[in-house]
Formats: sequence, structure tokens, C-alpha cells
Amino acid sequence: MSNTTKDWTAQIYAIRDKQDQAAFAELFAHFAPRVKGFLMKSGADASLAEECTQEVMATLWRKAHMFDPARASAATWIYTIARNRKIDALRKQRRPEPEDLPWGPEAEPEQADAIGLKQETEQLAVAIKELPEKQRRLIEQAYFGDLSHSEIAEITGLPLGTIKSRIRLALERLRHAMK
Amino acid sequence: MNMTHTIKHHLTPEILMAYSAGNLPEAFGLIVATHVSMCDTCRADLESYDAVGGVVIDDAETAEVSSDAFAATMKLISAGDAVPVSPRRSTGTLPSPLQDYVGGDLSAINWKPLGMGVKQAVLPTSKAATARLLYIPAGAAVPDHGHNGTEMTLVLQGAFVDEEDRFARGDVEVANEDLEHTPIADVGEDCICLAVTDAPLKFNAFLPRLAQRFLRI
Repeated sequence: MSNTTKDWTAQIYAIRDKQDQAAFAELFAHFAPRVKGFLMKSGADASLAEECTQEVMATLWRKAHMFDPARASAATWIYTIARNRKIDALRKQRRPEPEDLPWGPEAEPEQADAIGLKQETEQLAVAIKELPEKQRRLIEQAYFGDLSHSEIAEITGLPLGTIKSRIRLALERLRHAMK
Repeated sequence: MNMTHTIKHHLTPEILMAYSAGNLPEAFGLIVATHVSMCDTCRADLESYDAVGGVVIDDAETAEVSSDAFAATMKLISAGDAVPVSPRRSTGTLPSPLQDYVGGDLSAINWKPLGMGVKQAVLPTSKAATARLLYIPAGAAVPDHGHNGTEMTLVLQGAFVDEEDRFARGDVEVANEDLEHTPIADVGEDCICLAVTDAPLKFNAFLPRLAQRFLRI
């Protein structure tokens, strides 16, 4: 159970900076089976899930320059790529995306922010594991796509306060650097 | 497009979580993506819901990938186009997600007159919900209407006032069936909004004729 403590930032940077296939292979070994599991839980059959998983992992490679460890863990970032692919492939509808807030060389995220975000993400994972079984099921169902938004309204007690403030801070710094 | 400090009316937690989970009809996804482009408070909230998704996927039951999956993925990578490095960021009035649907900024909107100077443009989304741009001349009122379902209205230019409050650029009003309101555009400037409603079929005979004509349902 080291998956939440493992920090994949170095591997993603190695892909971004050196097109490092060995780093990509490590990420692939960990995340590809999880992405495929997620897609199958979301209703894809095995062959569609396999195809989409390969596309999700290819997108990870191509968008490595967009990864911002001050705002998202590798798992969070890969989740958003997998979710978008799922909407495309399973729902057959477009997914409107917010404007990008990229960071360039002039706004490279602070190491301290990335470490802070990593700690918040680990605490979130622990807190979710400690929720009552029924509550945790509900959260999984929501993310596998089984709940409507009115059912989602019944999910309460998600401990998001601290991670929200952490991300808000990272966004403020980013906005400042973008000016 | 940094005006986040002036926004007073935000998206609800369940809408943001549903967007993060990928469970919203396209039209609602569009209004969320547009508001989040203008509002860093909701962007941070949304990204924290994405973090929950990250925890779920990291803990998800794994499914074995095929033995040649890695090689096949490397092949996809070498065959694919590079992702442009330049950011997708609008300098116009409409944020990028909306420009993607309009095909440009304000001047590209294909308005259809509804009478009294009010205009609308329905945007192409899946049928589960409807997204339309509304143009309300300064000082004019949108006909009184109720809601049979959820209606969300995001201000893109100008402002409107209704029985609840005043809504200016970036503000979003979430109305459910309990709200009967008559939005009136501020006198200063013509008001342009993005309005999203649940399946249009839910409206109909109960609405006053004028409102029905206005909503074109």
C-alpha cells in the first residue's frame, strides 16, 4: 500500500524533459491497470477499457508539460485524463473544459507547494479510508458514474477544507506569476 | 481573465462534484467549465473534488492490461500529434470553453430575435439539457417564469437583478423549481448570459404564453 505515498513527479518530469521511456514504464506499470479497472467499473467492456487505457497513458506522455504538482497529485491528474476519455468513449458527448492555467519556466511551481499538496492528498486518502463503509461506497459510486447530481448532494462530510486552501494558494501564486 | 475577486455567486458543491465525476449533461458541463474559467474559488473546489477522484482511482481494483499494452501505447505516442504548448486562454468576453461552442467571441454569436430586443442563441449540446445564450437589452425584463427542474444562469456581460439579488459578470444563479423570478437587466449595459436548463420537455403548458414564446420550447 505505498501508492498514496509514492510521488511520481520525478517520472513525469523525466518524460517531459527527456522523453524517458523507463520512467514512463514505471508509471505505466502502476497506473495502466488502475485506469483499466476504473474504466471497467464505469461500464466499459474489457476491450474498450484496454483501448482507452492505452490512449489515456499516451495522453499522459503528450501532456506531461501540463502537470502541476502544486495543484494535483499524479493520480489526480491521471484521473482527470481517464475521466475525460470515459465521457468521450462511453457517454459519446463532448466534455467542455475550463481554460488552461499552465505554468511556464517563469512560474515553475514551488517545491514547498508541491510537498504541501502531496501531504494534503495523503491525508485526504487516509480520511476517505476512515469514513463509514456506506459513505465510502457512495463516493466510489459517484466517481464510477453511478450517481446523478441530486444523489451526489447526499454525500456529506468530505474532508476537503485543507486541500482546497492549498490549491487556492497555488492558484493565487500562478495568477501572480502570469501577470 | 482574472476577475475572480468580484464574483459573489458560485456553483454549488454537488454540481462541482458531479462535473468532477463526469456525471453532468453536456450543457451543465459547459456552464461549469465557463464559470470555473472565470472563478478561482470554484476552480480550487473543483480540483479538490478531482483529488477525491485521484484517491478513488489509486485505490480502484486493478484490471490486468494486455501483454503488448506498453508497446502499443508507445506506438500511439510516436504516431500522435504533439499537444500544443501554448495555453488555451481567451482574451475576449467569452471564456474559451464557450468560444469553442460559439466558434468565436461575441461577434460570432448567431442571435435569433425573440421580440422586445431580447435575443437568444441555442448552443449545440447533447439533448439531456439545453444551453442558450441570452441577450437582454439594458433595463429590459425577462418574462416572469418558473422552473420545472434546474436552471443555471451565468452572466457574461452587464448584470441583472431579480427578487434574489444582483448578478454581475462571472456570477451564476442556480434556480430550482421553487424560484419564481423576473430578472431585469441593469440599465448601464446590455446583458449577455449563458442559461442552462434541464430537458426542455419539462417545461410547457404551465408556463405563461409569453414565457413559452420567449423560451422557444
